[in-house]
Amino acid sequence: MNEMIKPASGGLVPTAPTRRDIGIRRRYAAERRFRFYGLAAIAFGLAFLFILLWSVVSKGYTAFQQTEITLPIEFSEKVIDPGNKRATDPNVLVTANYPLLMRNALAEKLGVSATDRPALKQISAMVSDSARVTLRDMVAADPSIIGKTVPVTVLASANVDSAFKGQIDLSVAETNRKVSDQQIGWMNQLAEQGVLAKGFNTGLFVNGNSSRPEAAGLGVALVGSLYLMGIVLVLSLPIGVAASIYLEEFAPKNRLTDLIEVNINNLAAVPSIVYGLLGLAVFINFAALPRSAPLVGGLVLTLMTLPTIIIATRAALRAVPPSIRAAALGLGASQMQTIFHHVLPLAMPGILTGTIIGLAHALGETAPLLLIGMVAFVANVPATPLEPSTALPVQIYMWANEAERAFSERTSGAIMVLLAFLIIMNLGAIMLRRRFERRW
Amino acid sequence: MSTKLLLAILLAITAVAFALGRMRALSLSGGKLSTLHSRPNYYGAYVALVSFLPPLLLVAVWLTVSPFNVNSAVRDSFPDSVKAQSSAQQSLAFGMVSTLAQGLPMLSEDELASIKQDPARLQPVFAGKGLAIAAEAQPYMLDSAATLNAMRQRSQLALVTVAIALAIAGAFVGLRTVAPQLRARNKVERVILGSLVVASSIAILTTVGIVASMLSESLRFFSVVPASEFFFGTVWDPRFAGAGASSAGQFGLIPLLAGTLYIGLVAMLVAVPVGLFAAIHMAEYATPRMRAIAKPLLEVLAGIPTIVYGFFALVTVGPFLRDISASLNGLATGNYTSFIQAQSVLTAGIVMGIMLIPYVSSLSDDIITAVPRALRDGSLGLGATRSETIKRVILPAALPGIVGALLMTASRAIGETMIVVLAAGVAARMQLNPFEPMTTVTVKIVNQLTGDLEFTSPQTLVAFALGITLFCITLALNIYALYIVRKYREQYE
Amino acid sequence: MNIMTEAAAEAALEKKMNTVPLKMVGKDVSVYYGEKRALFDVNLDVRENTVTALIGPSGCGKSTFLRTLNRMNDTIGGCRITGTITLDGEDIYDPSIDVVELRARVGMVFQKPNPFPKSIYENVAYGPRIHGLARNKADLDVLVEQSLQRAGLWNEVKDRLHESGTGLSGGQQQRLCIARAVAVSPEVILMDEPCSALDPIATAKVEELIYELRSNFTIVIVTHSMQQAARVSQRTAMFHLGNLVEENDTDKMFTNPDDQRTQDYIMGRFG
Repeated sequence: MNEMIKPASGGLVPTAPTRRDIGIRRRYAAERRFRFYGLAAIAFGLAFLFILLWSVVSKGYTAFQQTEITLPIEFSEKVIDPGNKRATDPNVLVTANYPLLMRNALAEKLGVSATDRPALKQISAMVSDSARVTLRDMVAADPSIIGKTVPVTVLASANVDSAFKGQIDLSVAETNRKVSDQQIGWMNQLAEQGVLAKGFNTGLFVNGNSSRPEAAGLGVALVGSLYLMGIVLVLSLPIGVAASIYLEEFAPKNRLTDLIEVNINNLAAVPSIVYGLLGLAVFINFAALPRSAPLVGGLVLTLMTLPTIIIATRAALRAVPPSIRAAALGLGASQMQTIFHHVLPLAMPGILTGTIIGLAHALGETAPLLLIGMVAFVANVPATPLEPSTALPVQIYMWANEAERAFSERTSGAIMVLLAFLIIMNLGAIMLRRRFERRW
Repeated sequence: MSTKLLLAILLAITAVAFALGRMRALSLSGGKLSTLHSRPNYYGAYVALVSFLPPLLLVAVWLTVSPFNVNSAVRDSFPDSVKAQSSAQQSLAFGMVSTLAQGLPMLSEDELASIKQDPARLQPVFAGKGLAIAAEAQPYMLDSAATLNAMRQRSQLALVTVAIALAIAGAFVGLRTVAPQLRARNKVERVILGSLVVASSIAILTTVGIVASMLSESLRFFSVVPASEFFFGTVWDPRFAGAGASSAGQFGLIPLLAGTLYIGLVAMLVAVPVGLFAAIHMAEYATPRMRAIAKPLLEVLAGIPTIVYGFFALVTVGPFLRDISASLNGLATGNYTSFIQAQSVLTAGIVMGIMLIPYVSSLSDDIITAVPRALRDGSLGLGATRSETIKRVILPAALPGIVGALLMTASRAIGETMIVVLAAGVAARMQLNPFEPMTTVTVKIVNQLTGDLEFTSPQTLVAFALGITLFCITLALNIYALYIVRKYREQYE
Repeated sequence: MNIMTEAAAEAALEKKMNTVPLKMVGKDVSVYYGEKRALFDVNLDVRENTVTALIGPSGCGKSTFLRTLNRMNDTIGGCRITGTITLDGEDIYDPSIDVVELRARVGMVFQKPNPFPKSIYENVAYGPRIHGLARNKADLDVLVEQSLQRAGLWNEVKDRLHESGTGLSGGQQQRLCIARAVAVSPEVILMDEPCSALDPIATAKVEELIYELRSNFTIVIVTHSMQQAARVSQRTAMFHLGNLVEENDTDKMFTNPDDQRTQDYIMGRFG
């Protein structure tokens, strides 16, 4: 390189040619390819978003409807209490053969002989096992019903429900599917008579868990998630705001606060399952709090959400211009008064937005709840946060592991419910931001 | 008297103290507020705090310490024959005693008498009250239970008396010190500042809690299974049944780590190119309109709970890959068997990769837009095309930041749980075929900790050893990534 | 010469300048940023191998006009241009003109030195590489050296060509940026207040360099310093509030301007 040294004004300098070939065509082709890759990447991401949502919705929307059978049932004393002992032994009414009532009523409606045992068995299989509970509860509530004929609505079995919703491929050989041709025929007959019909599935939102897909619902999970969110909100918002105020407004800049700062950033990135381990070791094993309880879940999710809220709150506090602080301090307010009277109210929309996003994140969190035992079969709605419960995402996990197709439908339905909550929360956060957004 | 009631009484005293303090400050001022150092409310708050904080502290300390005292006193009252037994059996006996203590107040006089005559009746009677007693109760246990209850009651009574006395005394002292010169506001604010410090120390406490709890449980695990067998073992076979220490299986971390890293690698192979190209397009090419639509839509992917991705992998992606592999195989060889299993490294990796796209793209987007405009102009001004500017100037300049972003994403991939639980499989195997199932550290943590737990068996404790391994890996990745990104940002500030 | 009257000397100079071919011609150039109009029908000629200085108070549109000359305004969203600008008689805003090719012919040096975070060598080699101006490594080495020579930087950096360009001092960085622009062998070099971020000594070096480069390149320089304009340029154009107030030979501009506003500005009445 060194042999070429000549004065700067020397003749070696290339004089600008009028037209140089600088490979424009080739370079623009590369440019177009590059742009295309970017577009393709975005399209890929969005395509998967839509496939995911489509796969959930297309499988799940039917979960909001449930096939029900409504017909008059004779609460025959012969069946319920053949020995007429109910006055002395209340157990009789609990253990009575209620499904038989249902079967008899259906058999009569369909004109099946009371002696045709195989047919009767098939009829029984068309009604959900939960019918037993429905009828028992009616009798328990009003024993005088015995002997009367009353119209009753019970759930159809999961297989009939699937068949009625058209989800069972009837071209499959009869022996390979769960509904026989005979049952399909009856189903259509009942539907024509108006006995069998689809209705809105309130059970999905009210019932606890059940091993029968048609009777399983999200009631417990919704209440559990509500407890969790309440606990997380009550704990993490004040603690998070207090911690942020200290770190942002009071903390001296030294190694310790630096450490806290790094620490918080790292906690935000710790895998959620580690928080589950923490909860298991500290809250359940050490502090002996009950397993499966929303209280423990709430504490774990609080610890998990805190870093998110602290980071958002600090950003919101930082966005309040120093002039506001200077103005209040200049009037003789103490630093504490300045913050609580002026800075905090101005930062509140940002803080709340961050909190809602943190809550939404906690609402969808599953892994830590599995470890503290919220993955339990709970049929009854918990009255306090100390009773066993599940949560919405955990219920989804449990149903996702069930083999029956009716559960798959319900899982998708449950996901739709979860996503609906998340959408509402995020829209709330966006609206809050839009409404109170302030530019300084 | 229950603790809840005690707290309510303390709060009531505090409220009265507040009102009195405020009134006293007002009367001292004689209507001229400017003679007071602080606003009257601060005097009220000052008196309230003086009356409330000491008993609160007392209650907290008492409730933590007294159970230990009471328990050890009760254990001391055990017969010598019991004391001679192993500590595990002693705890078992103590557990029974405390269950009995719980049940005793529920019993009627007759039932109590009948049990005292015949200890064998104890079990059915207690079962009738909804309390399950596991083993045969021994007569001494009833006495111990009675002692336990009595001591607890005494302790509680003492606590209540002392706490209330302290509260009232505090209120008086506080009221006495109220004077116009008293710097009430400063004192109150110091207490508030103290509570702010406590709140921010929770972040530290959480980390300490994570490390301490996992470390102590892991150490217990390593006392049963040598650390070298865990960290370098190549076979994972924990043998769930018969959780005795003798039949402890093999706890090799390597196959789990291999699965974790393999699935993470596949996920990154999907997420990095897609996320990076999407970020570049958003930052450099997209019109503001397109950016306003596509960016939030992509970020929706980050807002979807991972359990939903898991379900998506389980019911949609997995079966799709399996079926398409069967068709491909059929077209190629005429043999319609699938070579991709529904649960496989590929399934979990692809779905996790989709989940990670928005992380990569929004982190990289921030990094790319942080590259100063001057560099972009410099390159364009020399006649570079946009893509040349991006490839040759912007990306090299942003590289450290992007590497940091990718490390953060990788730590997320390693710690991800629900997708792999549902889509990766549970078989701990070491192999290289992405079409076969493998398992991960997180899957095994979940596996080992759902179901019945025994905090003494290695089968349970191993989860904590896995947990601390996971924690250390992600922590190292994150600290390094944060360090890189911080340095990167400083460079352009 | 000495018997010529002053007016005759002026006329002679004008005649000489008028014989210099026009490299770029702006005709009725107006620029809008969204709704806001930043330039009003500017007519300005840029003569070959001449330094043309654009002066005026801040916000007067001089930088905006400069950026229209190699279409750097294209990179700003919502920017619209009317009128015509020609380079060697060709309209540079004509759809058939390629902006990349244009910028290879009309290079630019910016206000703040903006070396790429690469080595000194790579900074200078960047342009030739993307345009494919060097056939091989040896060619490229020669080109880099020549460019650094012309920017007067060679002796200062020849021993550390592979160290980062961002490690140089501010003045060296700016000369590196000039070398980077020169390496593409453009016909015109645009300079947007190239010395505003430099100390007086570094400024003197850059000014010297600009003066030398004039023999091979057509240079348009925006400056807020009238002394600088007087020192380095042969032609000066005065902008005010988006209008071209006066365009004249530099000597004339600073001794006897035609326009009252120019006079006020030069006397320091506003600015």
